[in-house]
Amino acid sequence: MSVYQRPVHLLWWLERRAYVLFVLRELSSVFVAWFVVFLLLLVNAVSDGTASYQRFLDWSGQWWVVAINVVAMLFVLLHVVTWFGLAPRAMAIKVRGRRVPAQQIVAAHYLAWLVLSAAVAWLVLR
Amino acid sequence: MATEITLEVARYRPGVDSEPVMQSYQVPLREHWAILDGLTYVKDHLDGTLSFRWSCRMGICGSCGMTVNGEPQLSCATFLTDYAPGPIRVEPLHNFPVVRDLVVDIDDFMTKLPKVKPWVVREVQSPVEEGEYLQTPEELDEYQQFSMCINCMLCYSACPVYSLEPDFLGPAAIALAQRYNLDSRDEGADERRDVLSSPEGVWACTFVGECSAVCPKGVDPAGAIQRYKLTAATQSIKELLMPRISRRLNSRSQG
Repeated sequence: MSVYQRPVHLLWWLERRAYVLFVLRELSSVFVAWFVVFLLLLVNAVSDGTASYQRFLDWSGQWWVVAINVVAMLFVLLHVVTWFGLAPRAMAIKVRGRRVPAQQIVAAHYLAWLVLSAAVAWLVLR
Repeated sequence: MATEITLEVARYRPGVDSEPVMQSYQVPLREHWAILDGLTYVKDHLDGTLSFRWSCRMGICGSCGMTVNGEPQLSCATFLTDYAPGPIRVEPLHNFPVVRDLVVDIDDFMTKLPKVKPWVVREVQSPVEEGEYLQTPEELDEYQQFSMCINCMLCYSACPVYSLEPDFLGPAAIALAQRYNLDSRDEGADERRDVLSSPEGVWACTFVGECSAVCPKGVDPAGAIQRYKLTAATQSIKELLMPRISRRLNSRSQG
């Protein structure tokens, strides 16, 4: 039997809006990794003393490093927002026999994010 | 309102065409006509050679899935008037081999489905005289959503993972596995585990979520897959920490 198999186009992900968003979300993990590298560089510079830390600050103040970090932040925000939005689909939590509504699970994620960010801010800025 | 609308239908005649060609038909634009009614009109009055699958005409049988203006739809539940003034592009479901015109070959799914044992598995079958396996409304609620699947294949058609990795078990098969895993009468979660936890199982899914978006029955296969990922991951950790106890508990508490 001769059948027709539709070929997969290289730009298949442009076919639907949801696919584009998905590919952007997958791409965002590269920027998450970049932030990890950036943080490690920072920690390394701090541990090497004041001069090294100053060099790191000067380097990260350059326009192109700032530009990379702004783009990275936008992608990380996309990563967070899309993943938090998807979280209730994976988590079927029951409290006293009742299923916790999706909005509450999403809210709990944002709350945890806020609390952790505040804790980190306190640690760094105190 | 116009009295007619144009259907642009993909025609593929095996042995004649090397790839589908579009053919236009003018069909009456009636308020209560679905795409399927338009296609039936074509077959009855304009071109008897047009092939497509259908059965119930009421969104139950899952036979008439097609790609309408690029979106996977049940052609019996998609209305002509919603696409007026047209034209409406009707193609076979994507990601499946086309047998002829709008008819696709779903053998791949039919081969994969029994692998997840989509039936109630019991360790020991009770004799009929002992009566039914009882279930509370709450227990029914646990899996009912996943039991609504009609195997219409719209989810496979919308899934880019399935198109890129044809070995992927796929949304409906996993949702149906969960339908039984979450059933209080079932004891087969352990038997389904190897297939579901394999690289072609839940872990192939990258959570695009379009399977759930196109599902005409609100099954949410994407949700079923992510929930099983959580179950599988939790179990692996438990087994690592307390190998003996967890294996025994697993068969009772999967979900």
